[in-house]
Amino acid sequence: MAMSFEWPWQYRFPPFFTRLQPNVDTRQKQLAAWCSLVLSFCRLHKQSSMTVMEAQESPLFNNVKLQRKLPVESIQIVLEELRKKGNLEWLDKSKSSFLIMWRRPEEWGKLIYQWVSRSGQNNSVFTLYELTNGEDTEDEEFHGLDEATLLRALQVLQQEHKAEIITVSDGRGVKFF
Amino acid sequence: MDRFTWTSGLLEIKDTLVIQQRGVRIYDGEEKIKFDAGTLLLSTHRLIWRDQKNHECCMAILLSQIVFIEEQAAGIGKSAKIVVHLHPAPPNKEPGPFQSSKNSYIKLSFKEHGQIEFYRRLSEEMTQRRWENMPVSQSLQTNRGPQPGRIRAVGIVGIERKLEEKRKETDKNISEAFEDLSKLMIKAKEMVELSKSIANKIKDKQGDITEDETIRFKSYLLSMGIANPVTRETYGSGTQYHMQLAKQLAGILQAPLEERGGIMSLTEVYCLVNRARGMELLSPEDLVNACKMLEALKLPLRLRVFDSGVMVIELQSHKEEEMVASALETVSEKGSLTSEEFAKLVGMSVLLAKERLLLAEKMGHLCRDDSVEGLRFYPNLFMTQS
Repeated sequence: MAMSFEWPWQYRFPPFFTRLQPNVDTRQKQLAAWCSLVLSFCRLHKQSSMTVMEAQESPLFNNVKLQRKLPVESIQIVLEELRKKGNLEWLDKSKSSFLIMWRRPEEWGKLIYQWVSRSGQNNSVFTLYELTNGEDTEDEEFHGLDEATLLRALQVLQQEHKAEIITVSDGRGVKFF
Repeated sequence: MDRFTWTSGLLEIKDTLVIQQRGVRIYDGEEKIKFDAGTLLLSTHRLIWRDQKNHECCMAILLSQIVFIEEQAAGIGKSAKIVVHLHPAPPNKEPGPFQSSKNSYIKLSFKEHGQIEFYRRLSEEMTQRRWENMPVSQSLQTNRGPQPGRIRAVGIVGIERKLEEKRKETDKNISEAFEDLSKLMIKAKEMVELSKSIANKIKDKQGDITEDETIRFKSYLLSMGIANPVTRETYGSGTQYHMQLAKQLAGILQAPLEERGGIMSLTEVYCLVNRARGMELLSPEDLVNACKMLEALKLPLRLRVFDSGVMVIELQSHKEEEMVASALETVSEKGSLTSEEFAKLVGMSVLLAKERLLLAEKMGHLCRDDSVEGLRFYPNLFMTQS
């Protein structure tokens, strides 16, 4: 699975896996590198949600070859950082599992709306499935997007009065304005 | 047992208590008698036994009546004892518990121990014979000098007596010497009080003390080892003593510092300086206070405290920050280094090596790999790469 994924240089650098560096500037770089690694990893593996326990053992935070693991406290800090940036949402109160969005909902919303406008489909209604799995969207980045993330993207558009989430025959759909 | 006389147990003037011991039983010769639990008191003149339950039952013999004493070691179920051999009772002896006895000795059984010390003290009193020098009242008979028929103890007892006398002499000398010291200490206390009050006067500027006198007086205080009470412990304006010491240190440490690459930990300095002094060793406090003044006095060395709390002395010419650049080079060459590896490569103590690497990390040149394998430092690729 990880074959096509290219690990960044930091992945082979032992200090990367150390509890966050004491030097503030260094720490910022380290944290930023982790955030982007998490997002690109999840994007490539099409992983939209994860539990913290999974994360700890996944090759993402556990480099077996290097014999280094990022300590769980530091993982928490990385996840919190992602949450602050809008890329992560906790799925439960105990913060044991999370939704990971390599693009923020706002960004997805924009992309979707742009496609809708481009293809002149304002005032059209779509089912959620059509949007992410329909033929028409095959070339779009949001093709294959997971439902949770899609919903959040549409909710943003809803707030911007560019869309409305509706119920259709056997699920949910959306109308664009 | 007929040598004892009833007594009030009170000591006369000059009759001084030497030692006392509870739980003592008296034997008349080998026979147990009713006096089985009492406190035995030894004074300079007498041996007194007082019943523990009935304090009115109190008897004594004069030490001058003792011929000699022996120790009897404890056995299974038997307490240690002192055997006291006595002169015959004088005809006009005061009344006591026994009118007559066939034994010329008694035994004292120490049921609650204490026999060893008591024996020692009793022997001492027997040797010193202080009762001869300090006659108490006329009513107490004093046996002066040998009487006809008295058994002279020779042989081992004679040798023991000589040793006792010698020890007594030594003891006396030491006591006299300490007497002087305690007198000195009393005087010293007075002097300290005096100097404190004068110092306060200086502080309040009471009285007509001129500037010059003030300075002179302060230096007197310092020469006596009493620090300037007005400006104590303020960084940069410490005592004269510390100032002088700081200058001395600068002299002593110049060469060693150069040998060690311009930097030494304060503990190394402490050892070095005290070894050189031999006597009049410096306390750690004095050393630190003196070192705090180095920079203020514009001496060629300075005290530096790292974030970790480690204190070092560096030559003014030493630039630790520059050393960091060379440290980075060394680490880069080797890929990564622990403090110990770095110390070995560079020829520094591990403590100072670690401080240098930590400083490099603080400056952003290095970053750390902290794992179960230990603490390793890497060039800070986070900053230099991508």
